[in-house]
Formats: sequence, C-alpha cells, structure tokens
Amino acid sequence: MKSTLLVGTLLAVATATSAFAQSIKLADVAELSGGGATVGTNWKNGIDLAIEEINAKGGVLGRKLEVSHADSQSNPGVARAQVQKALDAEPYVLLGPGYSGSVKVTAPLAAEAGIAQIMGGEAAELTQAGNKFLFRTSFGQQSSMPKVARYINGDMKAKTVAVVWVNNDFGRGGRDVVSKELERLGTKVVADLSTEAGQADFAADVGKIKAANPDAVFIYLNEEESARILKELKRQGVTAPLMGETTLIGQKVIELAGDAANGARGHVGLTTDAPVDLIKAFREKFSKKYNYVPDHNGLKGYLAVYMVKATTEKMGKVDAKKFADTLHGLTIKAADEPGILMDVTVSDTGDLDRQSFLVEVVEGKQVVKQVLPKLN
Amino acid sequence: MSNLFDLLVAGLATGAIYALVAVGFTLLWQTSQTINFAQGEFVMLPAFLMLAAMHVGAPFWLAIIIGILLSMILLGLAFKMLLVDPMLRHGVLPLAIATMALAIGIKEAVKQFFSAEASPFPSIVPTGDIKILGHAVALQSVGVLVVAILTVVGLTMLLTRTSLGHQMQAAAQNPTVARIIGVPVERMILLTFLINAFLVALASLLITPIYLAKFSSGEVLGQAAFIAAIVGGFNQVRGAIAGGLLIGVLDNLAAAYVSTQYRAAVPMIFLIVVILFRPQGLLGRAEERTV
Repeated sequence: MKSTLLVGTLLAVATATSAFAQSIKLADVAELSGGGATVGTNWKNGIDLAIEEINAKGGVLGRKLEVSHADSQSNPGVARAQVQKALDAEPYVLLGPGYSGSVKVTAPLAAEAGIAQIMGGEAAELTQAGNKFLFRTSFGQQSSMPKVARYINGDMKAKTVAVVWVNNDFGRGGRDVVSKELERLGTKVVADLSTEAGQADFAADVGKIKAANPDAVFIYLNEEESARILKELKRQGVTAPLMGETTLIGQKVIELAGDAANGARGHVGLTTDAPVDLIKAFREKFSKKYNYVPDHNGLKGYLAVYMVKATTEKMGKVDAKKFADTLHGLTIKAADEPGILMDVTVSDTGDLDRQSFLVEVVEGKQVVKQVLPKLN
Repeated sequence: MSNLFDLLVAGLATGAIYALVAVGFTLLWQTSQTINFAQGEFVMLPAFLMLAAMHVGAPFWLAIIIGILLSMILLGLAFKMLLVDPMLRHGVLPLAIATMALAIGIKEAVKQFFSAEASPFPSIVPTGDIKILGHAVALQSVGVLVVAILTVVGLTMLLTRTSLGHQMQAAAQNPTVARIIGVPVERMILLTFLINAFLVALASLLITPIYLAKFSSGEVLGQAAFIAAIVGGFNQVRGAIAGGLLIGVLDNLAAAYVSTQYRAAVPMIFLIVVILFRPQGLLGRAEERTV
C-alpha cells in the first residue's frame, strides 16, 4: 500500500513537473527594424512583460509560456517568410505583425494552418475578409474612423478638412473610411495628400495644406513621419487644428516632435495615459522594466498575451484548433483577468469593443479629454 | 507663387545636404577610383557619435567636436587604411562590394548599440522664421543652406587657390607624374578621405534634426546623393554640387506640382534622362580610356 502511494505520488509530481516543463509555445513576428521599428519594439516588449508576469504566477493552466521573436524588417515580403517559418514550428498562437500590410499577406498562412493570429494591424479590410483566425488587439478603422469623423465635424465644427495619409494598407484604409464618413457628415475634403512611408521632407505636402486653407487637418501617418509633419506644420505656421488617430499623439511622436506636437488631438483606443488604474499600473511596470514610457503598441503586445491566457483558461485546455472558436464572442472582464486592463468583447469577425479615449497633447504630455464608452 | 518660393528654399536646403554628401562621392572617386556605397551610413553615424557623447554628459558643442573628430578617425583614417587600401589591390569591384558590406555593418552596429527607434537630435540653427523678400523662411532651411554653401565655397577655394589644393588635384589627376614632381600623393589621398569624413559629419549635424537620428536614415540620403553625383558629373566637385541642389529642388517641386505618390520616381526618371543624353553628367567631363 505504502509503495503504491509512493509510486502514485511520484507519478503525480512527475506529471506536474513535465506539464510545467512542456511549455506553451507562441510565435511573434514583428517590425523589429525598418520603418516600423518603434511599433515592433514596443509590441515585443509588451509581449515579454506579459509572459514574464504570467510565468511568475505559475503560467497558464500550470504551463509556462514561451515566445520566439522574428523580425519582419517592416517588409511584408519578409513578414510572410518569417510567419511561414514560425508556423512550421507549430506554435499555439501567432502574435503580430503590427503593420496592416504585413498582416494582410500573412493572415492567409495562419488561417490555412488553423492557427489563431492576434495582431496589431488596424486596416479596416483585415477583419472583413471572413478570416476566422484573425484577431485584433486594437480597434479597426471601421470602429475608430467614424468617431474621428464625428469629432472633426461636431466638436471641431470643421466645414473643410485636409486629409494626409501614408500610402500603404494602413493609411489607405484609414483615409477611405474617414473620407467617406466626413463627406457623409457634410465636411468637405479639400486636400487629399498621400505620402510615402519613411518620407523625410514634408515641405511640399504642408505647402499644399496651406494652399487648401482647411478648417482642420487629419493626419494618418506612421509615428516618425507624424513627428516630421508636425514639425513642418509648425515651421510653416499652419494654425488649423490637427486631428489624428493613435499614431499622431503617441509618446514617441511627442518625444520626436517636441513642441510641435502640442495641441494635436487624436482618438486612441489605447493609451498609457488613460484614467484607468490597471493601465496606470501597466505603465509603471513597463517603464520600470524598459526605462521608457510605452506607446499603444506596448499595450497591444501585452494584451495579445493576456487574450491568449484568458481564452486558454476559458477552454480549460491548450487546444490550438479550438482557440479561435473560443475567442470569438468572448467577453473578458478586467475584474476576472486584470491583465486585460479593460473589459473587452471580441466580435465574430475578430474585432474588439471596449472603451476608447480622446486625447490632446498639452505641454508635451498626452491629456485624456474624454472617455468614450464601450459600444455594447 | 509664395508657395513656389517656399518650395524652392526648402528644396535648396535639402539639396545642399545632398550636395555635401555627393561631393564626398566625387572626391573619393577622383583620388582613389572608389565608389563608397556606405556614404549614406557615413552621414548617419556621426549623429549617433554626437548623441553618445551627449549621453555621457558632454554639452552639445563638445559633442559636435567629438563627433567630427571621431568621424575623421573612423570614417576617414580607419576607412582608408583598414578597408580601401587592402581592398583596392584587388580592384574597384571588390572594394565597392566591401563598402556595401560596411554599410550593412554600420547600420546593424548602430541598431544594436543604440536603438532601432528614431531619436530626436538638437539643431545648431534656432527654430523660427526670418523674412526674405516678404516671405517667411525657416531659419533652419537658411542655416543649412548657408553652412553648406560656405563649406562648398571653402572646399572649392582650397582645391583651386591653394598649393595644397593643387597638390591634391595633381595627385587625383595623374599620381605618377605628381610623384615625380614631388607631390606626397599618399598624404594627399589621405587628406581627401579626411575631408570626406568632415563633410559627412557636417551633413549629419545639419540634417539629423530634420530627418531624426535613426540607423536606417542613411539609405535615403546615400541614394539621393549618389543620384545627385551621377546627374551632376561623378568626376567634378561642381557637378556634385549642382546635382545635389537640382535633385533637392526637383523632389520638392515634383511633390507639389506632379504627384506626391510618385515623387520618389521623379529623380530616378531625371537620372535616366541625363544618362541617356549626357552619360558623363551635366557638368562632368567624359573620361576616355586608352587600350
């Protein structure tokens, strides 16, 4: 009897030990270099922070999380190759990329493999193609741009607007939705300016904005280019109010643009300046670990991992094939899973519904002016 | 019309930077038949050297001096002695490939040691505008333009009005004869490399406040300066200057009056047109080879 008990105990311990040793493998493909390095670095750091926290508390269902990071070089072609390589290693869930163009070309690969992909892209079209394995960590443009258009038309009372956008999937998607909404609300787009990713000189673009003399300017560029155009707008003395989305008023943009960022406003789905206790705690932990204040991409990476945790615990098992089915329609409450930071509902298309914020840059800091409630 | 004036000034300021970098291409080509494909990265690196100096507590003015001196040691002296001299023995093509490898090495090293993210960089020119012919023109554009013009004028005077400059030209045009008449050819070639290193450090100082300090910022700049050097004439300093200014202005005018979407294509099309009708560049001289 004694020996049976001993063997049983040993077996139980061995099983538990091997379960913890058998880690849950996640694969991340992100923009760690190239034009999107700011995006990818924040995203990666957010992921690493979440994994460190979860593992320190015993992992997910007693199993440790592990992640492999690969660099897409901000290039959709490289992203596709890296995702293919990552999928060959049969990860539990694929994380990233952050650029919509890269998500667009990699999503079919993950769907074909039946692996859920939790990504940072915001282009409206990404979740409209019927891909059942693709999930967002932030709002899609179809959710955020109508709010932006309403603000420009309503609060800013702008009759005319100049729209400046980056000529890639991200920028084009945002421009299409916002322009349509603005026209519908009665605000006329008097200048429609496409710019290139990595563009350094915005003198000509700002010259065109000045010539159009709009009541407001909507800017939808990547972070570094946002900083450059803000400086050029200030330099050329453009006084029309500036409105954007998350990328216009991020911490990195404020750091790069300096004074020129003051007064810029934007709708943000995620900001570390949000008046939410859990987000404040996240900001503190992140800043302590990495020595800088993260932008929204740090939050996205962090949330992606906690979406994996909450979904897996909801299933009660680690099952890559059922993961996507479980995540669709799931509501994760911050009270139950503090890592998710705010209550969130995932739709059948992989889009999110949660609170969002209207932010203005005041004296080099993001100030949340309004909290916009969850839709449902 | 006021828009055109603003575009011209901004274009000339950007073009002046291209010109400084392009002059480096022509100097190295004339003295050692070297095409340095790391020239863009040579412009990117000094900004990070200056930032590093500031991180350890140096004030901006001291960081500038340290950055320029380190650039002259690393991108002038070390570049010549450790890469150009050993590789040139194997021909121009292996050397060109080696400079491509150097470009990748510099980029990756900066990314590794500093960050992949862009950093702000202080400007030596104060922000604000001044009135020129009734137009508000950015002090930064004027400052860049003035410094670049003074540098190029100084360089031209050095080359044409001084004994040192004449020796440099002699060493570039015919090293064998120059040696016979007592010109220290090796020293003149080294001086050329040092001047190039100084020019890229200066370009870095002027352009980084606008472009931001980023490991990949040399790519665009190197390409634009290379086009400028070919358009103007690869074997003429004045050609490189003209080419730089022309490309800077053309880029801005194309963005404003042709298409912002295709602005990057316009200088390339211009380059093709120039090569088709004047292969030696607008101000370059045709080089003949005896067989």
